Amino acid sequence: MQAVISGLLMGLIYALIASGLSLIFGLMEIVNFAHGEHLMLAMFSSFWLWALLGLDPIVSIPITILILAVCGIATHYFLIRYVLKAKMLVQICATFGLAIFIRSFAQFLWTPDFRNVADPMLSGRIEFAGIFIGQPQFTAAIVCLFAFIGLYWFVTKTETGLALQATSQDRQAAEVLGVPSNKMFALGWGLGLGCVAIAGSMMSSYFYIFPDVGINFSLFAFVAVALGGFGSILGCLYAGIIIGLVESLGGLLIDPSFKLLYVFAIYLLVVVFKPQGMFGRY
Amino acid sequence: MSILKVENLSKSFGGIHANQDISFEVQPGEILGVIGPNGAGKSTLFDLITGFTKPDKGSVIFQDQNIFGLRPDKISNLGVGRTFQKLKPFADQTLLENVMIGAFSKENNQKVARDKALEIIEFVQLLEKRHHYAKELSTGQRKRLELARALATDPKLLLMDEVTGGVDQKTIPGLVELVKKLRDRGVTVITIEHNINIIMDISNHVLALDQGKKIAFGQPKEIQNNQKVIDAYLGTVDAA
Repeated sequence: MQAVISGLLMGLIYALIASGLSLIFGLMEIVNFAHGEHLMLAMFSSFWLWALLGLDPIVSIPITILILAVCGIATHYFLIRYVLKAKMLVQICATFGLAIFIRSFAQFLWTPDFRNVADPMLSGRIEFAGIFIGQPQFTAAIVCLFAFIGLYWFVTKTETGLALQATSQDRQAAEVLGVPSNKMFALGWGLGLGCVAIAGSMMSSYFYIFPDVGINFSLFAFVAVALGGFGSILGCLYAGIIIGLVESLGGLLIDPSFKLLYVFAIYLLVVVFKPQGMFGRY
Repeated sequence: MSILKVENLSKSFGGIHANQDISFEVQPGEILGVIGPNGAGKSTLFDLITGFTKPDKGSVIFQDQNIFGLRPDKISNLGVGRTFQKLKPFADQTLLENVMIGAFSKENNQKVARDKALEIIEFVQLLEKRHHYAKELSTGQRKRLELARALATDPKLLLMDEVTGGVDQKTIPGLVELVKKLRDRGVTVITIEHNINIIMDISNHVLALDQGKKIAFGQPKEIQNNQKVIDAYLGTVDAA
């Protein structure tokens, strides 16, 4: 039971990270290989806001969202815009290169040291019916769930959300209805990295922060997106939770040192048996 | 006073002249039929007018404003709508949502946009399908969806690419009626059409293209007897 709960909590965080990735892919069919690095930036943003200004990661969420959203929009205008019509390999190199650039630059600026936020507002754990739940983990999962619901509501119910969906389904048809695709792409990047900002802020309360921290998370996000179906946001929620559960239950029932193996085994199974994922349209 | 004035519009891809010095005018409230064998440059002409392809030279004046080289969404906002030959419905959204996305271009209030979309869906006679996903609709229904979506942006000029193409014979009269009703609503229409009977029936003027050039422009009757047009059609195998 303990493992189920902790898997669920982690899964909700994976779900939010993955929906950012899926949103960007669904919109312009570009895979953001720098997604983990953006997560790392979000965690560092939380860290520095705490270290320099004394703001707790919880308090600084809006600032981190803003920083990452601006970062996303800038990524679109200064990089992605130029490779939109390019071959897929070029697009892969562009975001992969961006990943290496961001990671190396973070090492250059902040050294590869492990840091953490000492004395975060959220700490300790709560006990409920014999199950121990870390307070920061619990809050992180809840916040991510609400962020996810907010994102889902925005995309499916608002005017801009519908325009975003329209652009993602058929760019030309959306343009002919007066939807400026370039702005929609920038918005997609802003939203996608905004998701990452929330996840990163929440995790900075209880994770070590270092330039390579994003790698595992981005790999998990890829698995979640593949499992949920590329471009499907709802799929990310289910897939994120499944991955969280597989990770913790696999660790409990088989051997914790191979938990990455279980997660990537899912990925292989998906690729072989249902490459379009649970809700995918590709 | 013409609503659209195209002058010396040209575009070449590599060495191929897709459109060469095309000039014509469209009067408000009329239906202009565009005909020509496959590869004549009809769809390219639409792409140039609606901004999907950048023209090499020439001018496109819509209601006294030069729209040459503007972005598609800007041109749409000015009042030029378009449907595509290869249909492009938003497949994973309902018919109502599809049309609402069009309505949002002029209206920001969700409720008003919804009512407007419903009114237009009724106009294209698909009201009972409004909550169906676009991917569940038949080809004929999707054609109506595209029309409805374009109509929701309040176009003053609507470019329709083969509205009766790819549907069975039974469906055609209904679609043709719809085009006439559109004109009666005050929308000026340019339509690409292969079926000469329909052209004769609905259009006020006809523009005939062949190999990227204008070969004739005039009343349907004149075009029907124009030797150049007859040659262009007889000269190719799959002109129908």
